[in-house]
Amino acid sequence: MRATLFSALLAVALATVGCEKKDVPVAGDSKPVVHEARPVEGVKPPEGTTPSAETIMIGEIGSLTGSEAAFGNSTRNGIELAVDEANAAGGIKGQKLEVRVYDDQSKPEEAASAVTRLITQDKVKLILGEVASSNSLAMAPKAQEAKVPMITPSSTNPSVTQVGDYIFRVCFIDPFQGFVMAKYAREDLQFKTAAILKDVKSAYSVGLTEVFERKFTEMGGKVVGTQSYAKGDTDFRAQLTALKKLKPQGLYIPGYYNDVGVIAQQAQELGLKVTMMGGDGWDSAKLFELGGSAVEGAYVSNHYSAEDPSPTVQNFIKAFQARYKEVPDSLAALGYDSARVGIEAMKRAGTTDGPALRDAIAATRDFPGVAGTISLNAARDAEKPAVVLQVKDGKFKYVATVKP
Amino acid sequence: MYSLLQHVINGLAAGTIYALVALGYTMVYGVLKLINFAHGDVMMVGVYAGYAVAYLVGKESLGSFWVALLVFGVAMAFCAMLGLFIERFAYRPLRERPRLTALITAIGISFAISYGFQLDLTVNLFGHELTILPGAAPRRFPEIITRAPWLELGGDDGVIIWNWQFISLGIALAMMGGLQVLVFKTRFGRAMRAVSHDHRVAALMGIPVDRIIAGTFALGSALAACAGILYAIKDRSIQPLMGLYVGLKAFVAAVIGGIGNIPGAVVGALALGLCEEFVVAYGKELASVVGPVLCLGQCEGWLERLNPSSWRDAVAFGFLIVVLLVRPAGLFGQAQAEKV
Repeated sequence: MRATLFSALLAVALATVGCEKKDVPVAGDSKPVVHEARPVEGVKPPEGTTPSAETIMIGEIGSLTGSEAAFGNSTRNGIELAVDEANAAGGIKGQKLEVRVYDDQSKPEEAASAVTRLITQDKVKLILGEVASSNSLAMAPKAQEAKVPMITPSSTNPSVTQVGDYIFRVCFIDPFQGFVMAKYAREDLQFKTAAILKDVKSAYSVGLTEVFERKFTEMGGKVVGTQSYAKGDTDFRAQLTALKKLKPQGLYIPGYYNDVGVIAQQAQELGLKVTMMGGDGWDSAKLFELGGSAVEGAYVSNHYSAEDPSPTVQNFIKAFQARYKEVPDSLAALGYDSARVGIEAMKRAGTTDGPALRDAIAATRDFPGVAGTISLNAARDAEKPAVVLQVKDGKFKYVATVKP
Repeated sequence: MYSLLQHVINGLAAGTIYALVALGYTMVYGVLKLINFAHGDVMMVGVYAGYAVAYLVGKESLGSFWVALLVFGVAMAFCAMLGLFIERFAYRPLRERPRLTALITAIGISFAISYGFQLDLTVNLFGHELTILPGAAPRRFPEIITRAPWLELGGDDGVIIWNWQFISLGIALAMMGGLQVLVFKTRFGRAMRAVSHDHRVAALMGIPVDRIIAGTFALGSALAACAGILYAIKDRSIQPLMGLYVGLKAFVAAVIGGIGNIPGAVVGALALGLCEEFVVAYGKELASVVGPVLCLGQCEGWLERLNPSSWRDAVAFGFLIVVLLVRPAGLFGQAQAEKV
């Protein structure tokens, strides 16, 4: 260990000296900055240096900090598990896989700059990410332009894969998710009226709202009111008070867990007695920490249920729990699936060349994913059933499966 | 009828918090002619200080009066010191420089605090994990007041007033009353007003200007911390960028009321809080009256699509513009002739 550290330091020193020498004739030029960047990388663990021929670089962008940090970290764990399992099984024709992760702080603009860094600097062959559709939409055009395939684990807004033929997803899309909840509310819960509270800043939330509203109305229900908030708000009382006087039976909140938890508490405090409904954005243990008893009884549509007895799911849960000491949420399951679909495609393609890898991913059929069997359709979206879960005693309990 | 009452309660709850923060803006502007953009972030630091205290005290003892007092006390004292520190090391050295320099410094400090708090920094001290910087993820503020309905009106469709709403309003009013007494009835207050009037002449009269300015910062920061804890009791979810939003709103409130004017800040803040609430509550009704005139009957179905809650901030800031057009110095401000 000491020897490698020493040699790394030596390399840094040599590189710096080399730079200095080079810099003399071009003083005042912007180049020195570029030269400085390299040795700093060299100080990191030895494998963190420029990609060698033996490793295949995979890029990942996630919300490791910021408002959706729980999503990013779950996904990160899922991907890490999949890649380590693949490496343990011999990698791809003896080549090891390595994941380079960048944090976008839950912001689209950071995601956009991180994807450029992955493509131009780290020369990744495959990009995995993001969870939030708004962030994926910021990344997708750059991946498409560079012809690097991108697989988003859990961005459900339809426009993400419409960016181009290099963009894929391993989850269902919002129209389906909105349909699932509208159908469940109308047919199983027998609701005649519903209200909606949406996040106007999120492509995901706006998309789900649109579909839910259309489908619920088509099925004979009535949406009595729609209110909105913006990500970052913490006071939802004005909207909730306005909705309360409309007396809806159900309240659809297609938002993310951190906002939903607070909304649920304030609804309870205002005496709003209504069954809340949501989407996969609710799926985080943080929801129960923020929402407490106020989220009890709510229904959500989701990708998978940890109660599914199938061996694929249970083996994944066992491996995940052994490593991270927690039950994987659907974001972790989809992260795991996205990495495995990508790795499997690399094996089939026999190369990591952009167009060939793209074709291999597009040819994915009946892949046994943890969150359902994955077949990618012509629109590069996965077609698979959704589950409806209900919050009971601070946990999500399986109640129904809805097929496309 | 009950929903109107509920909206008024909601609006006042938001307004009193803006008011406490706006007081800090307005006092500092009064004595220094500086817009202290870091003020909202000082509030955020106060919230985290309160969080740390509540966390250290432990879940079992939460809800008691003394613990709540301790949370408020420590948060306010900590922020007062932070205010002193910022004033001493960031603003005082720049006092004789162009005003823009101090303003940019204030923005810099605001960003340094709010983004610094988004980093995760945990150190291991004698076997104890000690979090120095909390990280970006939102946290749930501990319940330092055990929530209970205080007054219920009108059954299921009625209004519930919670004990914490009542307590918060009481604390906010007490703080404002205390400040009024301090500014108008004490020696410190008189000195503060003198410095605000003209700090050079005040210095000639033997007033220790540096000490008075430092005291103003400490006072404003303590009020911000108090506002922050009330905010955290109200909305429960806290995160490092919360100060930016609240700070901006409070700044607008201070300007509406006439920056530099203490009662003006309170009135401006309450007006802003109510204005925001009513846009969401009755925006549609208002639009159905105003809309057809503006639209000349050309936009079919827009009213159904209209979503007043997205207009909340736009209308609140529009309110600011209207006030400034009619009264450029704000509601209570006095126009001052600029010496050329």
